[in-house]
Amino acid sequence: MRFEATVDVQLKPGIADPEGATIERALEALGFDDVARVRAGRSFHFEVDADDAGAARSRTEELANRLLANPVIEESTVEVTLLSEVTR
Amino acid sequence: MPPTVGVVVFPGTNCEYDVTVALKSIGADVELVWHGDCDLDALDAVVLPGGFAHGDYLRPGAIARFSPIMDAVREFADRGSPVVGICNGFQVLTEAGLLPGALQKNKRLKFVCAPTTVKVCSTDSVLTCAAGSGRELAIPVNHFSGSYVCDGATLKELQSEDRVVLRYVENPNGSIDDIAGVCNETRNVVGLMPHPERAMSALLGSCDGEVLFRSLLDAAVQPLKRGTPARASTDALTPMSRQVL
Repeated sequence: MRFEATVDVQLKPGIADPEGATIERALEALGFDDVARVRAGRSFHFEVDADDAGAARSRTEELANRLLANPVIEESTVEVTLLSEVTR
Repeated sequence: MPPTVGVVVFPGTNCEYDVTVALKSIGADVELVWHGDCDLDALDAVVLPGGFAHGDYLRPGAIARFSPIMDAVREFADRGSPVVGICNGFQVLTEAGLLPGALQKNKRLKFVCAPTTVKVCSTDSVLTCAAGSGRELAIPVNHFSGSYVCDGATLKELQSEDRVVLRYVENPNGSIDDIAGVCNETRNVVGLMPHPERAMSALLGSCDGEVLFRSLLDAAVQPLKRGTPARASTDALTPMSRQVL
């Protein structure tokens, strides 16, 4: 089966986020002063072949922890959805 | 015979020749080592120089840590041999887990290219063993992600074990506890953001980088004596003021 995976990587709470802070100031300058606590992260999208959703999720979590996020300062959340019953 | 220092070159490294010239100027033999190689056996010390290894894609050092040479660097370090990471090399060593913490984007998102003054806070490391404790060195920085971060427990450990080897006198990037350089538990792996290879000539502003490279060559020839600051008495000593947040 083929799954679509999304990995969202964010700085851990408590780690200073100068990018988020800068974006927040820019938003404020544009009149979006009702916005607060901006955090900037990044997301990754890819497809993964696995026997079931659980296997797809654990494979994705493994690669997220190994490469996509630096566990010292970042944390990641993973989502997988079924794309096709067929492995390509 | 002079010690032979390996200078590791990743795709995107750009300070390898500056480091080579600096090391040769104080008598070392230097070999450039490609990141795809996996043998460091003939070397007495290894330097990971600055630049943008693998384009700094994802995070600085995130891809480089998986280069074949990094297994050899880990084994080399595990044997107690000296390993120094400068700037991008420091980022690679933290990503590889050979040094604690991480280098985050600078405070205020400023790329900082400026002279800085760093203070030698511990002489018990392969990069500072020939420098006097408390000595201030003029060494430039050149980075975007140089703000050192770690969790509270790690910071306490670094402080109590005297593993912050260099601190900025004026913090240029928001690093926690003004940290400019740290060492590992066994003090043979050191990472620093400032570029000592760019402080090797009075004509260009400073030759304070020399004492750090001399320390490295000393350590390459004679491994650190554990528990005692090597050669701490050779330089003018001032009481070390430990800054604890």
